[in-house]
Amino acid sequence: MSSNNDSIKKTLTVALSLCIVCSVVVSGAAVSLRSQQQFNAEAERKRNIVQAAGVYDAAKPITEQFKQFETRVVDLSTGLYVDWSDEEIAAYDQRKAASEPATSRQLDKSEDIASIRRQANYASVYLYDGNQDGEADRVVLPIHGYGLWSTLYGFMALESDVNTVAGLTFYSHAETPGLGGEVDNPAWKAQWVGKNVYDDGEVALRLVKGGAAPGDRYGVDGLAGATLTGRGVSNLVNFWMGDSGFSGYLTNLKEGKI
Amino acid sequence: MASTKEVLVSPIFANNPIALQVLGICSALAVTSSMTVALVMSIALTVVTAFSNLFVAMIRNHIPSSIRIIVQMTVIASLVIVVDQVLKAFAYEISKQLSVFVGLIITNCIVLGRAEAFAMKNPPGLSFLDGIGNGLGYSVVLLAVGFVRELFGAGKLFGIEILPLVTEGGWYNPNGLLLLPPSAFFLIGIFIWVLRSVKPAQVEEPEYSIAKHTVAKEGV
Repeated sequence: MSSNNDSIKKTLTVALSLCIVCSVVVSGAAVSLRSQQQFNAEAERKRNIVQAAGVYDAAKPITEQFKQFETRVVDLSTGLYVDWSDEEIAAYDQRKAASEPATSRQLDKSEDIASIRRQANYASVYLYDGNQDGEADRVVLPIHGYGLWSTLYGFMALESDVNTVAGLTFYSHAETPGLGGEVDNPAWKAQWVGKNVYDDGEVALRLVKGGAAPGDRYGVDGLAGATLTGRGVSNLVNFWMGDSGFSGYLTNLKEGKI
Repeated sequence: MASTKEVLVSPIFANNPIALQVLGICSALAVTSSMTVALVMSIALTVVTAFSNLFVAMIRNHIPSSIRIIVQMTVIASLVIVVDQVLKAFAYEISKQLSVFVGLIITNCIVLGRAEAFAMKNPPGLSFLDGIGNGLGYSVVLLAVGFVRELFGAGKLFGIEILPLVTEGGWYNPNGLLLLPPSAFFLIGIFIWVLRSVKPAQVEEPEYSIAKHTVAKEGV
């Protein structure tokens, strides 16, 4: 083998040319696949919105189905829609906004029951108008909060009475498969449908350890072996349906102010 | 020099990277809770090992020995990023389940181990086959463990119901332990035990012999 491999000149040449080749390959792959990846992530989010509303049809393309939904942005402090153009609404990224000081607010320890630390000032909501009569039949709200290992991101859909749950999904989490990961179990998610959120103005919807009593309008069975994930889910529902979350918006919606 | 066939086949059972060399255990614990994930992880690792062996072997005569590990790591890391990007673009659902473990192929001892032990001394073609062989050896263990864990832990194979679960109205009461990482330890242990019973040559020499038990005596 050539003996001059270990000279400083050869070492630097090899290191430099290797770095250049590798960086070209890596950035080439990243750039050429980006649009496909973004399309996937967006389709996944839309699918979850449609699934939460309970109107998902696996046979139809997701972009088609999502056309039945109208996206609006809500100012969480007033509970009113913001006056933005369609492009601004489509471009608004709530997860990104929540991490930037200019577009989010720090939560107090006492207020932050969902352990999310910062909350975006605006939230995207999705209105489903199935019969095209101009009245929204279902409203899909983005919710998130900390479980055991990870932040669970999901959507909760309410019927037009803004009290009855139409569906719940989580599209991003890293809970233990088979235990906390059972938040993805269709049988468990089906239990949420038809439950009520508010009991006399207070958020009453929660998980019940050991199983909800038959006829409990506010209780969903807890997940076996996933006490902490379950507690996280109860807390995040409580937070987002409460005063810091969508309570003001939902009241406005119910009273027909918007 | 080893024959081509031997290079490809021997890592599967005779010189299995997990069972004999006990490398790459961590990912074998983490990604075996379902068959689909185990299969994709196996393919990803086989591709990375094969191509990193190929590229390292191609430039092996130019690699200065003082920076050879860094050169190997750079090649491996680049390949892993490419694999991760491809999965995110074309197998989004599965890449979500694999999450960080694709990235962690970089730290998988099998990949670096083969680059250093084989590709640095052998021509590209043979190194490529060695990479595929070792990838297959890893895959055999992963799929075997994944099969047991998914079938008895979740009553499914590749996400298709085989044993109807009690929670979904069937008769099978799943074993929750199998879904947790420690169960993979037991399964890999059993796999190694069976393999070494069939091929006693793989049993290692004891590093020390245990002294005879002595009974304490009363002072005389």
